[in-house]
Amino acid sequence: MFLINCPFCGERDQSEFSSGGEAHVVRPKQPTELSDDEWAEYLFMRKNIKGIQFERWNHVHGCRKWFNVVRDTSNDKILSVYKMGEKPPVNYK
Amino acid sequence: MSNYRIHKTEYIDETKRVSFKYDGKTYFGYEGDTLASALLANGIHLVGRSFKYHRPRGIVSCGAEEPNAICQIGSKKDLTEPNVRATELELYEGLEASSQNCWPNVKFDIGGINNFISPLIPAGFYYKTFMWPKSFWKKVYEPLIRLSAGLGKSPTEPDPDIYDHKHVHYDVLIIGGGVSGIIAAKMSAKNNLKTLLVDDKKILGGSTIYQNNESIKIDDKLSSQWLKNEIQEIKKLSNLTIKTRTSIAAYHGYNFLLAKENLTDHLPEEKKKNNIRQRLWKIRAKKVVIATGSIERPLVFNNNDRPGILLSNSIKKYLDYYGVTCGENIILFTNNDSAYETSISLHKKGIKNIIIDLRKSTSSELIKQAESLGIKIYFNHVVTNTFGYRKINSLEIMELSEDGNTTVGNKIKLSCDCLGMSGGWTPMVHMHTQSGGKLDFRDDDQVFLPKENSEDQISVGSCNGDFDLENIIDKTVNKINKFLDIDNQDYQDTNILCSKEKDKRNIWLLPNKIPLGKTKCFIDFQNDSTAKDIKLALKEGFRSIEHVKRYTTTGMATDQGKLSNMHALGIIADTASVKMGTLGTTTFRPPFTPLTFGTLVGRNVGKFFEVVRKTSMHEWHVENNAEFENVGQWKRPWYYPKNAENMHDAVQRESKAARDSAGILDASTLGKIDIQGSDASEFLNRVYTNAWSKLAIGKCRYGIMLNEDGMVYDDGVTTRISENHYLMTTTTGGAANVLSKLEDYLQTEWPELDVYLTSVTDHYSTASICGPNSKKILNKLFPTLDLSDENFPHMSFKEVKLENINCRIMRISFTGEQSYEINIESKYGHALWKMCIEAGKEFNLTPYGTETMHLLRAEKGFIIVGQDTDGTMTPSDLQMDWIVSKKKFDFIGKRSLYRSDTVREDRKQLVGLLTDDPKEILEEGAQIVSDIKSKPIDMLGHVTSSYFSPNLNKSIALAVVRSGKTMKGQKLIIPMENKNINVTVSDTIFFDKENKRLNA
Ligand SMILES: [Zn+2]
Repeated sequence: MFLINCPFCGERDQSEFSSGGEAHVVRPKQPTELSDDEWAEYLFMRKNIKGIQFERWNHVHGCRKWFNVVRDTSNDKILSVYKMGEKPPVNYK
Repeated sequence: MSNYRIHKTEYIDETKRVSFKYDGKTYFGYEGDTLASALLANGIHLVGRSFKYHRPRGIVSCGAEEPNAICQIGSKKDLTEPNVRATELELYEGLEASSQNCWPNVKFDIGGINNFISPLIPAGFYYKTFMWPKSFWKKVYEPLIRLSAGLGKSPTEPDPDIYDHKHVHYDVLIIGGGVSGIIAAKMSAKNNLKTLLVDDKKILGGSTIYQNNESIKIDDKLSSQWLKNEIQEIKKLSNLTIKTRTSIAAYHGYNFLLAKENLTDHLPEEKKKNNIRQRLWKIRAKKVVIATGSIERPLVFNNNDRPGILLSNSIKKYLDYYGVTCGENIILFTNNDSAYETSISLHKKGIKNIIIDLRKSTSSELIKQAESLGIKIYFNHVVTNTFGYRKINSLEIMELSEDGNTTVGNKIKLSCDCLGMSGGWTPMVHMHTQSGGKLDFRDDDQVFLPKENSEDQISVGSCNGDFDLENIIDKTVNKINKFLDIDNQDYQDTNILCSKEKDKRNIWLLPNKIPLGKTKCFIDFQNDSTAKDIKLALKEGFRSIEHVKRYTTTGMATDQGKLSNMHALGIIADTASVKMGTLGTTTFRPPFTPLTFGTLVGRNVGKFFEVVRKTSMHEWHVENNAEFENVGQWKRPWYYPKNAENMHDAVQRESKAARDSAGILDASTLGKIDIQGSDASEFLNRVYTNAWSKLAIGKCRYGIMLNEDGMVYDDGVTTRISENHYLMTTTTGGAANVLSKLEDYLQTEWPELDVYLTSVTDHYSTASICGPNSKKILNKLFPTLDLSDENFPHMSFKEVKLENINCRIMRISFTGEQSYEINIESKYGHALWKMCIEAGKEFNLTPYGTETMHLLRAEKGFIIVGQDTDGTMTPSDLQMDWIVSKKKFDFIGKRSLYRSDTVREDRKQLVGLLTDDPKEILEEGAQIVSDIKSKPIDMLGHVTSSYFSPNLNKSIALAVVRSGKTMKGQKLIIPMENKNINVTVSDTIFFDKENKRLNA
């Protein structure tokens, strides 16, 4: 059971949050110009990394804000938390 | 001897006699006893039968590791509890317990016959035998297994006890109140850290608290006396919380732990009543100190499972703590020094005993002490067999060969009435591994130890492989200082005297002249797996410990292999000639000891099991005999039976009334989202498939929302209330998800849009009146409102006052009739509803529920998202191409609508079905085929909605069928269990195709 540091509310129990999968998958600006393969890449393909992963989380039973999390999926340690629109920390690539 | 309680101890209160029943017979014990110690005091060892061979079994241990003394508590249908360990159950007045897994009784057990046919029941027996014939499963094998596999009986009525949950936060949690746990607690709390110490026993102190050997001393005091002083001291520390009778069940990530506290299990019946029975502690700790100790290992030799054979240290605890001797003529069989402590204790209390030691010789102080007391020791000897059916009465020993692989010389037969065994100690690394920690193997004494200690978790004491007192105290103090980053000097000058040798001679499977195939060397007592079974599994090709475990069922009983797992591993390593450390262990899963469901569930039972949402009209529905349907968390009226009508009759009546005159529906549960902001229109353009910019103020529009994959996600009507203000409705079940999805897009993809979303589902109540007389009823309620089709046409909205309360009325229709949805603040919902009913009386205004709503909309071919769709339907599949804007640049899911798969012509598509026999009603979910002769039958689709329409006087259905759009007029077949139903594909709209009734 994680403790997640919501950038708006502070540390809260995992049960207040829901996970939204991989972060920084940007919705194409002009979907109509994409081939089926390119659209499928956006729509279906996710990395699911063992190790350091950038994820989206929503404080659904709290402030309802979406934000980003850097998590090591091999030990569930959360390394960093940052707001939507902020640049991802560079030291975890 | 009938009373085995031979001396007084401070832990047993002999002034408080406690009567209890075991297997129907009344016995007496004292306050302070466990059920096991009280039984032993009465001379009872035999407490059950083994699982597979039904061999007589006795009490083996004194704690959580007990495999045999498992009992059923109580006999009441609601309160009986199976699988309780007699070694942990504190005795109380009126306790009723019985042995499990034996029928008709523990002394004469029919299943015992399995013992004689045991050569026929090897490892994997259940897998191999009960495979075929298949028809035997239901009638022969399963009842047979169920009858013999009697691991207790579960209660058959709801648990009346109260359980509780508690959330707590601490700086430091210490698991285990033995020497090292107490030291850690004192150091932590004295350094201003908020500390919690938990221990599963009634009192703190672990095994040191009853240690009375003169050769083990701290600061010149008996170690037990020294520890008692320490306990007195920590009880005074204000920031230390001590919880006894509390066991950690699970250690999750981020130092989140679950503990079960027993509050009334030890109290007599009348004191249990109305009190909380058990409390689940949900603990968040910044740091965790694991001090869970170790448990003694049995030894694996022929017939090592007879009643009267116990762990050596348990014999010591029963004697020194409970004042009970396990026999009068005891033999101790050991490979290490700790059995000598038991021997000396027994000797001091006048109990005759001798020692069989696997080691060739040893010279520690303890052994010198035993020798000087005249205790007979057989060095370099091994027990090769035991005798006695219901209790051990004698055994045979032989000398070990030089290498320990065989026996030499002649058998020596020794009589006894109790055998203690000590195979060394196994550190309890469960908590460490549950937290994610890895293990190392120490070859010296063949133990798995915590590999690394992280910055927020540490193991100290014997669970960390430190077995002698000096080591335990020194290392604990050093490690805790470092772990907590403190500098505590309390134990700087502690003087420890302890003279136990670490020397140990480990042989996992002890040698015997008799071939292994003819011996019974038990490893897992509860599941009856033997050394032979492990070897057979290896012979049959199993290598992984996880596979061997499942094939032989070793370690899979309620004790989770606390006594057996190490021996299984050792024998595998020896047989396969690999290093034990390389085998790894099986996974240590929570809970450490079984938990009751009550503890896990806490207060969330009965009406607190799940959130129930009721509309403001709910009481009226109840008073008017509604049957309810659960829709998400909502209770919705399903139908309103009158005069003993069944559901079909009620729905037929309601449906007819709605079309003939007027009907009223509580539509309050529909999701309502208030959308405001200068970009609200643009936002709707992006989330719905159709265009919204041109919707006039005061008008309503139906919309369909897709997922990015192009599949229909939700639908509903949205009203433009003012320039930058919309009210969106969603399906009842989809409301929360739709809001989440819209928020997601707003916050993450389109943060530039000026849009604000607010859920207002609970803020408004909605009464929906439909039917040809609806206008007349509205006129009575709102006499000043111009209801003409010119002023208030279909798909428009008005704000009106009902007396002086604001109402929003939408003229929208889900039934195909003229229909008005009156929205009012929820607190007035009940009053509004009653006024509608009153105004509608002269028009036979009939309340109808969800079933009639579904029927009426099906007559019109309107879909229900989630019933006629299942997440694989596009708007085109639903024959709703008209709702998808061709002009809009983009909306959620647009690109997916022309992927190669979504434009396939042979997708499943929504159609209507008419049965050839108009009285035949199809089953929803029934499969649809065109050719029943081909094999396998080609499945074309399935029925999604089906009703008997009273307005058309025939059966109608909606279905999804492959290439359905092109099949109009085609005959299809619905094969059912006992007949084939012939149907014809039709339009999806069955009633009033021209929509004449909307503006009649
Ligand atoms: Zn928050």
